Amino acid sequence: MSHQAKAVALISGGLDSLLAAKVMLEQGVHVEGINFYTGFCVEGHTHAIRKQDKAKPKRNNALWSAEQLGIKLHIVDIVEEYKDVLLNPKHGYGANMNPCLDCKIFMVHKAQQWIEENGFDFIITGEVVGQRPMSQRKDTMPVVARESGAEDRLLRPLCAQNLPATLPEREGWVDRDRMYGFSGRNRKPQMALAKEFGFEDYAKPAGGCCFLTDESYSAKLVDLWDARGKREYEMDDIMLLKVGRHIRPRPHFKLIIGREEGENKFMQGYTKIYISLKTTSHAGPLTLLDGVANDDDLLLAARITARFSQGKGDEKVSVEVRRTNGEVTSLDVTPLPASEIPEAWYV
Amino acid sequence: MIHKLDARRMFCPMPVIRTQDKIKELAVGDLLEVTSTDPGALSDIPAWCRINGHKVVDCREQDDEVIITVEVCSE
Repeated sequence: MSHQAKAVALISGGLDSLLAAKVMLEQGVHVEGINFYTGFCVEGHTHAIRKQDKAKPKRNNALWSAEQLGIKLHIVDIVEEYKDVLLNPKHGYGANMNPCLDCKIFMVHKAQQWIEENGFDFIITGEVVGQRPMSQRKDTMPVVARESGAEDRLLRPLCAQNLPATLPEREGWVDRDRMYGFSGRNRKPQMALAKEFGFEDYAKPAGGCCFLTDESYSAKLVDLWDARGKREYEMDDIMLLKVGRHIRPRPHFKLIIGREEGENKFMQGYTKIYISLKTTSHAGPLTLLDGVANDDDLLLAARITARFSQGKGDEKVSVEVRRTNGEVTSLDVTPLPASEIPEAWYV
Repeated sequence: MIHKLDARRMFCPMPVIRTQDKIKELAVGDLLEVTSTDPGALSDIPAWCRINGHKVVDCREQDDEVIITVEVCSE
């Protein structure tokens, strides 16, 4: 091949994108990685929040993948642009609030813009026909190529032999025979290929990388929209959906109760934006109050906070209530018994 | 020349993204001191520097902050 083709690989941090990029590197293609940050990525900050996770190595798998491959990685913040993808998905949602097909189209579209701006020839993804119920089906994979604008500059090396030849194949930039024909949800071919390439410590196969595929997270997001009467969100909202117990005792306010020290510490950064409650007579959680609250509501919030403190069995627990203007009051309350916290309050 | 980047109250990969974007504006040989409150930055920023050809010249934890100094080594 006289032309050294240049490709950008969508790197999620998972095994498939790692392998797809490696297959192209093996064919002499110049590959650089691109990783999109939506705000809903499981990678990254959530590992840093909970203290119980501190024993685990804090590794960003997209960076790790790029390092294994010896390629550059461009990480792109698409938090603002992604809102429209999530709020108005043309192709709808998956099992939860995951707009997987629209998401894939959007990311490939962004990659297409990137290759045009940077003089690259084509785009690589780790997609495999039949692996995902929305975005990786035989009938939806052409939709991704078409609606993203990438058309036949979108190459999926792990299943290329199952798909029509793309521009890089027709031009002879890559050899179709040295790509693969993987299909379906069976992960064994990928695991065998990883072994062949000497990749061992890769992220778990088929691991979800997006909070929107998580049922519990999606329920909290829908609850947030319902309570506010409008479907919109800010970065702080989607961060706080990842931490704490979420309890909505009244339609007009919700409590976010830290579950351990790491979460309490993380939530401390939000005490100037939200009313916060903290037990002072006993060790206990930090609670943030999202919404509006009158004195009765604050009393209830204090009793619930006390319920999750070490004084839950005591007659009185002192709770400090801090308003966003810095004003602090103290309430002596009886912890709300567990039996008086209905299951329906838990979001 | 030493430049500073405040990446406090951001969680990875945002400190990495801000570092990446800031370095695009700097010249080879410049130093960038990044302050982050996310301990994940301790591994992520050096990893990003390794794969993109920049050099971490100092990396330390101070109180609850991580301070990483990067030398810009390539365009």
